[in-house]
Amino acid sequence: MLSFAIRRLLQFIPTILGITLIMFLLLNLIPGNAALSSAGKLELGADVIEKLKADLQLDKPAYVRYFNYVGRLAQGDMGQSYLRRYDVADVVFDRLGATLKLAFSAIGIAIVLGVPLGFIAALKQGTWPDTLSTVVAVVSVSIPQFWLGILLMYVFSYMMHLLPTSGYGDGASANLVMPAMTLGLGYTALLARITRAAVVEVLSADYIRTARAKGLSEFRISYRHVFRNAFVLILTTAGLLFGSLIGQTVVVERVFSWPGIGSLLVESIFQRDIPVAQGCLLVIVIVFLIVNLLVDILYSVINSQIDFK
Amino acid sequence: MTMNRVFHQKNLFFGGLIIALVILIAAFAPLIAPFDPVNDADLMNAELPPSASHLFGTDSSGRDVFSRVLYGARVSLSVGLITQIANTIIGVSLGLVAGYFGRFWDELIMGTTNIMLSIPVIVFALAIMSALGPGLFNIYLALGLTNWSYTCRLTRAQVLSVKKSDYVNAAVVLGYSKTSIIFGQIMPNVLGPVLVIATLGCAEAILMEAALSFLGLGAQPPMPSWGGMLSSARDLFFTAPWLAIFPGLAIFVTVLGLNLFGDGLRDILDPRSVLKNT
Repeated sequence: MLSFAIRRLLQFIPTILGITLIMFLLLNLIPGNAALSSAGKLELGADVIEKLKADLQLDKPAYVRYFNYVGRLAQGDMGQSYLRRYDVADVVFDRLGATLKLAFSAIGIAIVLGVPLGFIAALKQGTWPDTLSTVVAVVSVSIPQFWLGILLMYVFSYMMHLLPTSGYGDGASANLVMPAMTLGLGYTALLARITRAAVVEVLSADYIRTARAKGLSEFRISYRHVFRNAFVLILTTAGLLFGSLIGQTVVVERVFSWPGIGSLLVESIFQRDIPVAQGCLLVIVIVFLIVNLLVDILYSVINSQIDFK
Repeated sequence: MTMNRVFHQKNLFFGGLIIALVILIAAFAPLIAPFDPVNDADLMNAELPPSASHLFGTDSSGRDVFSRVLYGARVSLSVGLITQIANTIIGVSLGLVAGYFGRFWDELIMGTTNIMLSIPVIVFALAIMSALGPGLFNIYLALGLTNWSYTCRLTRAQVLSVKKSDYVNAAVVLGYSKTSIIFGQIMPNVLGPVLVIATLGCAEAILMEAALSFLGLGAQPPMPSWGGMLSSARDLFFTAPWLAIFPGLAIFVTVLGLNLFGDGLRDILDPRSVLKNT
């Protein structure tokens, strides 16, 4: 068990290296060097440009710069903002809390609503709850999330005056409701479909037939056998969905002026503040990888039949 | 079960109908649109609600929203089409190489694919946008170069399962060249599933473009794109809701059509689901 966790943790390293390499290539090998051309557009002073050149170590070959970059990252140094006098790491981690709060609330909504829905659809195949969940699923993956957010805002804030339109509101839960719903609803439908498929598959397994033959009650079968087995698949999928969900926070944060990493990322892209943008992107990816790691470990704890080798 | 099958064929039919309609609108936008989407600005008639002369109302510059929505189909469809052609070519080629040649190529390509899969597509696209800056052309690049991992994996898996089959062995024995085996014997097995991925990917790309344009990173004003229109509608939404409702509906209907079509196509092409449904 522990060795599985450690091995899984070690697999982390090449992935992170690959990602930093891709980020580095994007930043450094693009024609005209993005950083300096952005400095030109912003009409920065000569001293700042000199500092940029020194920071980027343009006189050294690319691989040396890459290893320096990774070395600094390993020490938690993400560089400095081009535009303001702050360390990227400080400001990015400052914003991380708000993004995590939003993302976990959204995946929470998706699990709490989606899993029971999928369960019902699977147990009552071909009836109206099943058809309804199919339709809702197709509709909700086709709705642009930010549009849904704007519509919710119109109904609940402008027409009904129930919820604040946007902002963090010092962490008030009223401010969290709409962003989390906007982000979570699409994933609710996806999770419901996946749950349905998982449960349908488990229901057709031999051990369910055996359980029925043993005369176990339907409730006991659903609970002990079906749910426990389907849960492993649902959990894994929820972990994967979390990746696309954490990417979507960027858009939802923009709709609701939520002060997370996503808002910071978009601002820094506009201002061509590349170290900040790069820091945001890296942290988003790392959060995604950590969540998947935790899901993998949890998965192995729940399903003790998994062979750790 | 039969109901299910009928339902899926309905998917294909209605999805296809919606796609055909959007393609026609994009192609004939200049003939259908009552106004010019960019030049017919009229500040005296700004933010008018929907009426007989302006079906979807007017925007903050007094331009006809209906005409802009019609022209917006061009941007969305071009994004869907261009990015999926690029993704498919990259994914299929790399998948064929990894599957057919194996060893070093397989390790290299699948390693890269796994890293790509560990980065959410929108984050990857934002990374490219942050390096290249905003603009429609950069969106083509950001979405066309990043979303090929599934196609690549699927192609590779398909190649591996076909490679050992009797008819490929027969082709080898008969002295067919590698190219003709790859394109003549293996490719046809890959095309169906790849088409499904491309159709669903097209829907995803259109949503993604809308989101990036909403963030202000896509097609720049005054070019009429649905996401861009929503972006400029954000602050006016409470006073002029039609500015956000119609472009959003346009995105929704188009993406719905593609998703329905893709789902229907998958059910027809996937032999397992056909067996299951008959």
